[in-house]
Amino acid sequence: MIIDFVPLWTVILGTAVFFYVLLDGFDLGVGILYGFAKNRKNRTLIMNSIAPVWDGNETWLVLGSIGLLAAFPLAFAILIPALYFPILIMLLALIFRGVAFEFTYRDTEHATFWDHAFCIGSFIATFAQGVILGAFIQGFAVEGRKFIGTSFDCFTPFSLFTGFALIFGYALLGAGWLILKTEGELQQTTRQQGRWCFIAVLIAIVMVSFWTPLMDNDIAHRWFSWPNVAYLSIISVITIAIALFEWRSLNNHSEIAPFLGAIGLFLISYLGIAISLFPMIVPHHFTLWQAASSSDTQAFLIIGTLFLLPIILMYSAWSYWVFRGKVRADVGYH
Amino acid sequence: MHLDPLLLSRLQFAWVIAFHILLPAFTVGLASFIAVLEGVHFFTKNEMYFRISVFWTKIFAVSFGMGVVSGIVMPFQFGTNWSRYADATANVLSPLFAYEGLTAFFLEASFLGVLLFGRNLVPRWAHFLSASMVALGTLLSTFWILSANSWMQTPAGFKIVDGLFFPTNWSDIIFNPSFPYRFGHNVVAFYITTGFVVIAVAAYFIRRNTFVKESKIMLSMTLWLLTLLVPLQIFLGDLHGLNTFKYQPAKLAAIEAHWNPEKRAPLILFAIPDEKNETNHYVIKVPLLGSLILTHDINAEVPGLKQWPADQRAPVAISFFAFRIMASLGFIMLGIIVLSLWLRFRRHLDTKWFLRLCQCAAPIGFLAVLAGWVTTEVGRQPWTVYGLLRTAHSFTPSLAGRDVLFSFAGYMLVYLIIFPVGFILMTKIVRKGPIKAEAIEPIEGGQPSSPVITPPEYKHDH
Repeated sequence: MIIDFVPLWTVILGTAVFFYVLLDGFDLGVGILYGFAKNRKNRTLIMNSIAPVWDGNETWLVLGSIGLLAAFPLAFAILIPALYFPILIMLLALIFRGVAFEFTYRDTEHATFWDHAFCIGSFIATFAQGVILGAFIQGFAVEGRKFIGTSFDCFTPFSLFTGFALIFGYALLGAGWLILKTEGELQQTTRQQGRWCFIAVLIAIVMVSFWTPLMDNDIAHRWFSWPNVAYLSIISVITIAIALFEWRSLNNHSEIAPFLGAIGLFLISYLGIAISLFPMIVPHHFTLWQAASSSDTQAFLIIGTLFLLPIILMYSAWSYWVFRGKVRADVGYH
Repeated sequence: MHLDPLLLSRLQFAWVIAFHILLPAFTVGLASFIAVLEGVHFFTKNEMYFRISVFWTKIFAVSFGMGVVSGIVMPFQFGTNWSRYADATANVLSPLFAYEGLTAFFLEASFLGVLLFGRNLVPRWAHFLSASMVALGTLLSTFWILSANSWMQTPAGFKIVDGLFFPTNWSDIIFNPSFPYRFGHNVVAFYITTGFVVIAVAAYFIRRNTFVKESKIMLSMTLWLLTLLVPLQIFLGDLHGLNTFKYQPAKLAAIEAHWNPEKRAPLILFAIPDEKNETNHYVIKVPLLGSLILTHDINAEVPGLKQWPADQRAPVAISFFAFRIMASLGFIMLGIIVLSLWLRFRRHLDTKWFLRLCQCAAPIGFLAVLAGWVTTEVGRQPWTVYGLLRTAHSFTPSLAGRDVLFSFAGYMLVYLIIFPVGFILMTKIVRKGPIKAEAIEPIEGGQPSSPVITPPEYKHDH
């Protein structure tokens, strides 16, 4: 009996990576905005808003990388070496930022140092992830089952651009989260920061939408040949609608809408990239099916995954539920 | 100077995993200890256990955070530096890693938030449940990682097609021949490591004459546990050795520095192995004991390194000394346990010199874990999958020596900042000690005032 598990794994892995981008995206974004907080009280508030959930969020990164190894090992063996330095930089930045949660509070003599570690770590980790995304879209030099370029190939004008773009993207998500979790003057400041980020994100989306088809004929053909262009123009319409919604909610008093709008923008961009690349997992070289692990491997793992993933989602949701509501820096009375 | 990317990659891997392993070595045991304390408090309502638990939870928060961030580095190593290993073994090993992520990481991460910050936000049973789930998560994680690690030592349940491994039988893969022994030996090692830290801290408080009541409970409770675990560990280690004798004789020969196969072999206590001339210098040995320990039969033949070509032998000196360090530390632990039993019998467990000894023994478990890990991993060389895939054929072909030098320097620099600071902060928490019975930190709005403090006051109105 041969069942093709590849579509299912594509959906699972795609979802896991998107969850990572969303969850660690907002908490890296919160880390970026942390650097702009005016005083210790606001910094404590900002950090507290993500302290109970950050390591759960980061766990999706492990699941994403291991999921890639498990479902599409050939892609893992080519992409990860090709992204040697951005991955190194991302990991080191994530280490600094992760320990800062504990160290800022406990190592009070060096609190300023750990504040910087938290903020700069978030910046650098985000930038590195943006470079990874850009370099992945562009593709790599491959021969047989190996990456044959150098470890510096991944740094291109396009990947550096997506690196900077993602900083604004995550900051927008982070602003959405903070608007939801804070109130008063801090919330107002965050709204203003959110507006700036939104403008930058919009510019980035437009630039990437033109840049990718210009540098890649396959992608241009995918989007602009008839009848695709008719179907896919709906993506642009939806993007414009979400953008309008996001701009309005950043300017009125809604507290949850800016976060939802930012999620919407990420979702539609993610979908756009998926449409550009499908069915390639190593662009220009290997399709999802060519890079897939053996069907025995995929079958063995799917049983547990289908059983465990809903449970994980359930108790992750529970831990978010426990920490619902506005965050407070100074404790009082009740 | 020629930079060898293979050698640098191996050093880098040794570096990142050596630091990482220290944290699970501590947190696996600590998570179970906290779960037990929470459980005792939940059922007996004795506030003392609650205060001990709050104290250790703070230390757990710091060490677990460091474990998470240094752990995220690990799966990426397979891709960045060992991509051919990843390509070759993924079909067999990746589900084990994936199941670790699915069963353990999320369990730990989600319930950890509630354990650390949620004491006043959830009912008491839910908090106890969270502590237990975190402990369970750490054990599941150990299970899967050691299963994958054991498969590299004693591969089973696979076939090879075009140089890639494919699964044929999952239960053979997961429960491969060395796994049960390695798993038992490791979990007990982790518990012992935590145990020695706990008695060291308790001894420190008693000597300083603070938190004496709490500390005496900690000391006595943990010493009983160690009295059980240390002899058990020596027994498990012996079984593990028999398993290595059966499945990895070349590794065993390197560990024992036996060059020639021989019957009624001696046990070499000390020697300077000389790999070039295939002999040992300055040998101190006990006749017959080698055969007896390795095979439980005084007449049996034990393997010698010369049975294998030179390019299939592990580095002898490192395996030989690492093993001897581990075993010696094990017997020092046994000595401490025997002393504690004698003092307990004479009702002098809080004798000054014994407390000082307990304090000195704080790092003993970590050292033994590191030495044991070096023994088993260096002993596996020159293979990543024993006898089938060479380390030299496992690493990423696109890497230049310079690339790995950069990354290795990066990991060195960052770890040399993070780990000492983490250690200092934990000693700071220890100096402050458990909270006083009357201390109250109010809490409101679902968020504590600091990211990691555990609210000390327990509301009993649930």
